[in-house]
Amino acid sequence: MFRSRRVATLAAVTLVAGLSLTACGGDDGDSGSGGGDSSITMLPKNLGNPYFDTSTAGAEKAAEELDAEVEEVGPDTASPEAQVPFINTAAQQGVGGLIVSANDPEAICDALTEAMDAGVSVVTFDSDTNPECRDLFINQATAEGIAKVQVDLIAEQIGGSGEVAVLSAAANATNQNAWIEMMEAELETSYPDIELVDIVYGDDDDQKSFDQTAALLQAHPDLKGIISPTTVGIAAAARYLSDSEHKGKVALTGLGTPNQMREYVENGTVEAFALWNPEDLGYLAMYATKALVDGDIEGEEGDTFEAGDLGEYTVGADGEVLLGDPYVFNKDNIGDFDF
Amino acid sequence: MSTTTTTTSAQTPAPVRTYRSYARPLWMRSLMTHEAAVIALLIAVFAWANGNVANFDGPLTLYYLFLDTAPILLIALPMTLVIVTGEIDLSVASIVGVSAALTGVFHVDAGLSLPVAATLAVGVGIVAGALNGFLVAYVGLPSLAVTIGTLALFRGIAVGLLGDSSITDFPDKWTDLAKERLVEESAYPMILLPIAVLAVVFVLLLHFTGFGRGIYEIGLNDEAARFTGVNVERTKFMLFVLSGAVSAFAGVYYALRYGSVRGDSAYGLELQVIAAVLLGGVSIFGGRGALHGVLAGVLLIGVISSAMRLEGETVNKINIVIGVLLVLSVISTSFLSWASGLRSGRRWPWASRSRPDRAARQPQS
Repeated sequence: MFRSRRVATLAAVTLVAGLSLTACGGDDGDSGSGGGDSSITMLPKNLGNPYFDTSTAGAEKAAEELDAEVEEVGPDTASPEAQVPFINTAAQQGVGGLIVSANDPEAICDALTEAMDAGVSVVTFDSDTNPECRDLFINQATAEGIAKVQVDLIAEQIGGSGEVAVLSAAANATNQNAWIEMMEAELETSYPDIELVDIVYGDDDDQKSFDQTAALLQAHPDLKGIISPTTVGIAAAARYLSDSEHKGKVALTGLGTPNQMREYVENGTVEAFALWNPEDLGYLAMYATKALVDGDIEGEEGDTFEAGDLGEYTVGADGEVLLGDPYVFNKDNIGDFDF
Repeated sequence: MSTTTTTTSAQTPAPVRTYRSYARPLWMRSLMTHEAAVIALLIAVFAWANGNVANFDGPLTLYYLFLDTAPILLIALPMTLVIVTGEIDLSVASIVGVSAALTGVFHVDAGLSLPVAATLAVGVGIVAGALNGFLVAYVGLPSLAVTIGTLALFRGIAVGLLGDSSITDFPDKWTDLAKERLVEESAYPMILLPIAVLAVVFVLLLHFTGFGRGIYEIGLNDEAARFTGVNVERTKFMLFVLSGAVSAFAGVYYALRYGSVRGDSAYGLELQVIAAVLLGGVSIFGGRGALHGVLAGVLLIGVISSAMRLEGETVNKINIVIGVLLVLSVISTSFLSWASGLRSGRRWPWASRSRPDRAARQPQS
């Protein structure tokens, strides 16, 4: 009995040791990934997210044009704690630049500061940290821009007058509430004939948003349009409308993603909706980072740099670079996107 | 462990043992173990990474490694004891979450000083652990079910406290302390100090006290343990309380380390802890395991992740390697003893041998 157990443990040792060597020895020759000033690390909120796959594709396209090296790393869950080890790794490798979409404005701050101390240029995109924790923020859209594009779209689709309603996320959702406030102001000044009759909350829950859409149409028989400034809401509302008698009569717009909305744009339920183009966002982030790494810009307000196809950009206050107006998706261009 | 021999020879003047104390010499008993295998593997991987992975030998690697694994190192200590009794505590990460949230709420919102806030948070952790312990030990419910319940319950409280907001206004004095190095420029952060103290305490408790021997006995057979005078209920209760207390301490560290708490802080950490404990050679059925193996297991996972990240591998590949390692480590022992059982002609080796086999191994663990 003792003999066999000894054999067993010995075999276990060899087995486990053998595994580790094969596991870690995968690419012996090429252990120098990262490192060097030209290499740039791309750290999205999490991997396997079509939105960030698209932004990384944009960054890779820019890297090719710039002859730079970009490597995408990231956690499998979108949590700040999970991002920290990857930021630390970038600092250890001494990469030239780090492009990151922050899972929390504060929690990854220290790690980013340490990376900057180690000489890494830090650029946030999509989701910012506190301004002192990064060199630049590539902002996809301003709140004003987002509010304005949705109001303009709905006004165009309903002919500039009539009743509209908003299907929002949760009642205390910070972003949506800020946008709705600006939309109300925009409606008042630019479109006095449009009346905002109701704001309902779908809590970013598909079924609840679906039910709220039904309730809205029942409560307001003269409703001409719905704005849903949340991707879950607009998809659920579109699903309801496309199977109801209101299809094509009640307009729907808001913020959505092409993959969720493709079906409804193609079957005529939705004419156009807005969001930014994550590919352009990644592309711009890459150009901005490269400009920082090369020392062409310092990240100060007023610095200008070239961003390939997108043209020239200027760094604004607090180190922000604005991508531009939100991107409007419609029947003609939706086929070009996959996120 | 061998009381039977002394009772029969009580009257004879010089009781002569007719067998050796141990069937195997000391070096074999200490080196031919799962724990030694894990430690050897840790050293091998570390040495390999040092030579082959770019930047692994840099000054930051160990520092970050310790900072990142600190909560797992901490919680793995009581978790080992809990699993050795054959129970499990899945609620630890949720207790970390509650404790981190409370540290924020007490300190930032209620204006208490940080030591007071931290003490209160640890106190709540003790209460949380006591709830688990009461339900498992005295009500007699299975710990798997109880702690799945409290996992949801405590996480719910943490999310309820903070909603989708986060608390970030921790003073630099305290957040810096969480990341402070023991000596300027050294790779060892301050958090290693409490970890070392707790590790010594838990090693003494598990391996050098009657209480600790009771833990193994419960894991092997709690009915028999009761007959030999082990207070099974109290032991289990105490272990869950310890687990709650240490998890809550880890929660305070978590809050200060990241300078930010959210309702979902440390989400999923329990599985990392349990994975490391099992990799370290603790049997999920109880009765077997040792703390040095567990500590090596935690560090092994940390070193592998760190080296693979530096190699630019994605998190999925890291998870695959650690998962495969864990599965192999768990099955290697059982499979090989099963295989050698076949050779010696036993039909159901795990059924007929597992209990006495583990009983024989227990005192040396």
